[in-house]
Amino acid sequence: MVTLENYLFLGAVLFCVGAYGVLARKNAVAILMSIELMLNAVNINLVAFWHYLTPTQASGMAFALIVFAVAAAEAAVGLALIISIYRRRQTVVAEDVNLMKF
Amino acid sequence: MSPETLQLLTWLIPIPPLASFFLIVLFTNRSKALSHTVALASILASLVLSWTVFFNVINVPNFGKEGTEIASAYQWFKVGASEAFNMGVLVDPLTAVMLFFVPLACAMIFLYSVGYHNFGKKRDPHDKPGWPAHNGVEPLYSRFFAYLSLFAFGMLVLCVADNLLLLFMGWEIMGLCSFLLIGFWFARKYDDPNQITPRQAAVKAFMTTRVADVIMLLGIVYLYTQTGTLSFREIFIANEGALLKQLAETPSVLSGGLAAAHLIAILLLVGTIGKSAQFPLHTWLPDAMEGPTPVSAMIHAAAMVSAGVYAMIRVYPLFEVPAHLAEAGGHGLNAFLLAEAGHGPTPAMWAMAGIGAFTALFAATIAVAQNDVKKVLAYSTISQLGFMLAALGIGGYVAATFHLMTHAFFKALLFLGSGSIIHGVEHGMHHSHEHLDPQDMRNMGGLREKMPVTFWTFLIGGMALAGFPLITAGFWSKDEILLDAWAHDHYVIFGMLAVAALLTAFYTTRQIVMVFFGKPRTQAAEHAHESAWTMTLPLGILSFFAITAGWVNIPEDFPVLGPFVHSLGVDFAFKKFLVGALLEKPEALAFEWVPLLTSIGVALGGILLGWLVYRNAYATADAKDPLENPLGGLYRWLKNKYYIDELYDSLFVQPTFALAKYVFPAIDRGIIDGILHLIGNVSLGIGNVVKDYIDVPVVNGTNDKSGEAVKRWGQNLRLIQTGRVQQYLLMTMAVLIVMAGFVMWVAR
Amino acid sequence: MTPEQIVFWLTAAVIVASAVQVVTTRNLVHAALWLIVTLFGMAIIFVLLSAGFLAVVQVVVYIGAISILIIFAIMLTRRVMQDTGPQTNNNWRLALLIAAVLGAGIWYALSNVSFAVTATPVPNSETVLITLGDALASPNFYMVPLVTVGILLAAGMIGSIAIARDEDKE
Repeated sequence: MVTLENYLFLGAVLFCVGAYGVLARKNAVAILMSIELMLNAVNINLVAFWHYLTPTQASGMAFALIVFAVAAAEAAVGLALIISIYRRRQTVVAEDVNLMKF
Repeated sequence: MSPETLQLLTWLIPIPPLASFFLIVLFTNRSKALSHTVALASILASLVLSWTVFFNVINVPNFGKEGTEIASAYQWFKVGASEAFNMGVLVDPLTAVMLFFVPLACAMIFLYSVGYHNFGKKRDPHDKPGWPAHNGVEPLYSRFFAYLSLFAFGMLVLCVADNLLLLFMGWEIMGLCSFLLIGFWFARKYDDPNQITPRQAAVKAFMTTRVADVIMLLGIVYLYTQTGTLSFREIFIANEGALLKQLAETPSVLSGGLAAAHLIAILLLVGTIGKSAQFPLHTWLPDAMEGPTPVSAMIHAAAMVSAGVYAMIRVYPLFEVPAHLAEAGGHGLNAFLLAEAGHGPTPAMWAMAGIGAFTALFAATIAVAQNDVKKVLAYSTISQLGFMLAALGIGGYVAATFHLMTHAFFKALLFLGSGSIIHGVEHGMHHSHEHLDPQDMRNMGGLREKMPVTFWTFLIGGMALAGFPLITAGFWSKDEILLDAWAHDHYVIFGMLAVAALLTAFYTTRQIVMVFFGKPRTQAAEHAHESAWTMTLPLGILSFFAITAGWVNIPEDFPVLGPFVHSLGVDFAFKKFLVGALLEKPEALAFEWVPLLTSIGVALGGILLGWLVYRNAYATADAKDPLENPLGGLYRWLKNKYYIDELYDSLFVQPTFALAKYVFPAIDRGIIDGILHLIGNVSLGIGNVVKDYIDVPVVNGTNDKSGEAVKRWGQNLRLIQTGRVQQYLLMTMAVLIVMAGFVMWVAR
Repeated sequence: MTPEQIVFWLTAAVIVASAVQVVTTRNLVHAALWLIVTLFGMAIIFVLLSAGFLAVVQVVVYIGAISILIIFAIMLTRRVMQDTGPQTNNNWRLALLIAAVLGAGIWYALSNVSFAVTATPVPNSETVLITLGDALASPNFYMVPLVTVGILLAAGMIGSIAIARDEDKE
């Protein structure tokens, strides 16, 4: 029997890996990929809870669907931004985009 | 007029000149005409007021008895529970006499000054202020009238004062004004370094009289401590002279049997010695001739020197009261004198008489050898004042007052006349372009034709001074003095005064002959001409009084004239009027032939002698004086005033300078400045310490460092803003983890 | 060990491994491919959780759209980024620490919590789908979020076109 906790641990691990990626990668696109990982971890959590706690209701799945949509929109906009930055600054290194500094 | 009105008028008498002084100084300084108008108006107003009071009181029977005098006083200050000190005015017979002639003489001098300072002529651009004007109007014209007005104010205050302190105040005001007026031409300098400049003369006058005034003040203070009052009526008249008797009974602080009254009298006498230029404090008066001639007339005839004698006459009861000391009869000068003459002169009176008589003779001898027209008159004044003091000293109260009055008239006349002479010679110098001293009599001569009015008035004045019998006032007053001396058996004094009178007549005639008779000795004298009416009118008025003023005191037993005057009801009017103020009336003196013949003899003899000796002398300006050869070395002593000035210089002046030369660097610079510098430096040091240890580090430091700290914090903190998103996220996550851990730990 | 468990543990291992590869590979294209592997693993997990619909959605949306989009972006920005050289920035140690602590924290919190697992069996997929469809379409439930998401997507689309448009060509 796969318990709820297993799924939750999996989600946690995935989330942490994604967090590390967000904080540690240089390339902006890589950061976006790590964000997708985190969002997926959230999805695992949501669906696992739906499955184990309230399988008759649709709320869990609906939430997960909406997370999908949001993730997609956000990925699109984020990549558009990265391309725009690339066009202007000729760089996709997140560190170099630091005009808002002191 | 009611007594209240007269009191008010008396208060008002000194005010117009004071108002004139302030008006001129503050407002009319620029306009010459306005200034002299204000001054003349003021002195005429005082004259009118004084004569109103005078003519109202001479008809009061027994004027001067307690209750009849005009007196008005106000409380001035009150110290503790003692009696209040009052200041006020008093008109008694003596004051009335003063009020008669003082404003009149002053008014004449004011009018004379208008012409003397060449009013009406244009201002000469070569004339500098502080130098005498050569031919234009005096540059400091208004200032002169301001000073004269203040002077008149001082004199009038002195005359109407009812206590010694107010009298002393008037005294000092006149001292100040004499300083200002003698040094009127303050910038004048001479080529000869031995000749005294006006500035130096002013200082000399002030210093000499100051010495005397300090001692007089001592007398006043002593009187106040003994009696608690300074009012004349209270001391001399009230309670039948109770205070006076008390003073006579108290022994003075000096041992030797001197009563307090007499010590006070002697101290006050010292004040008069200074003010009236008696020996030994006479040296300032001849040098005071450096001032303009109206000033000389004012100071030395009408006002200041008369003030000295007036003060003595005023406090005469202090001199006269016989001492009744407990130990009298044992030892002391007083006992000797009492034993000798019963109620003879007191020691104070002897002092006064002695000094007076000596000065009279002494000054007369010096006057014989002087060549400056004003210096002769100066020594003559000293001599005449000596006469007055001698008269008072031997008990001649009336004689002294009488001589004071007549002397004011003829001496003022003589001084103003000399000013007219000098003006004439200066005018002549302007024409002839000579450079000589216009005041030197050797440069004059033959002015009789050139300046007739001046000649006749000067002759009248000179004859009055010499004592020409019967028709001049000086004869009557001098005769009275000699009569007093003879009648009271003071033969030594009588002799001294007689010789002095002879010399007076001699040098006066010498002066008149040298100036007016003979041929003009210089071109300047040749071209002299008469002075303006503003100068000759006062001469005329004064000469009228120089003749007639003597006739108010003709004794009724005088041969021929006496009964004639008695039939007019004017006999001894003066005497009867004057003695109303005294408690002890002097006894009437019987007529005696010896003094009369002596006075006629010395007067006519002196005039004749002068005429004979000087008639043909001085053919030229540099001829030798006919007295020089016979007198030999004595003549040199006389001419140099017995070298007394040089003596004083070496005794007093040079040591003072030397002391000052020592004191100034050592004490002034060294000690006093040293202390001040020390205090300054210590303060500076303390200030610096405070600054370095408190101000800069603490106060400044706090302010600056807080700013610095904020700046540094900001500089350091802003580095957080790197602009890198990942770092922001890191920090956010870190804080989140910490907070979540905290929450979980708390919730456990 | 039931087959379910075996599948689960295998899939979990694959997911974690490929996720780690995503965040550590130097080559970005490789990272994108590893991402695709991870997403496939996620689909399998969804199937295990009886959410077949979601698995398909995952494959279609994530792998079919998003990953392609990512690859496009990588390709478009390729020139700049050298595939050699460090892909991690200077703070990677701190990031590792934070991620580890985060993980430990979550693990710790989970281990102290027990969930009330329901005994109700999961309905079959058809029922699930109908329930989901009903829920999404009815105003009482999730129609409003759905429409909002639609607007969001529209906005995102317009936004990204506006941002990424080439200005020079105007």
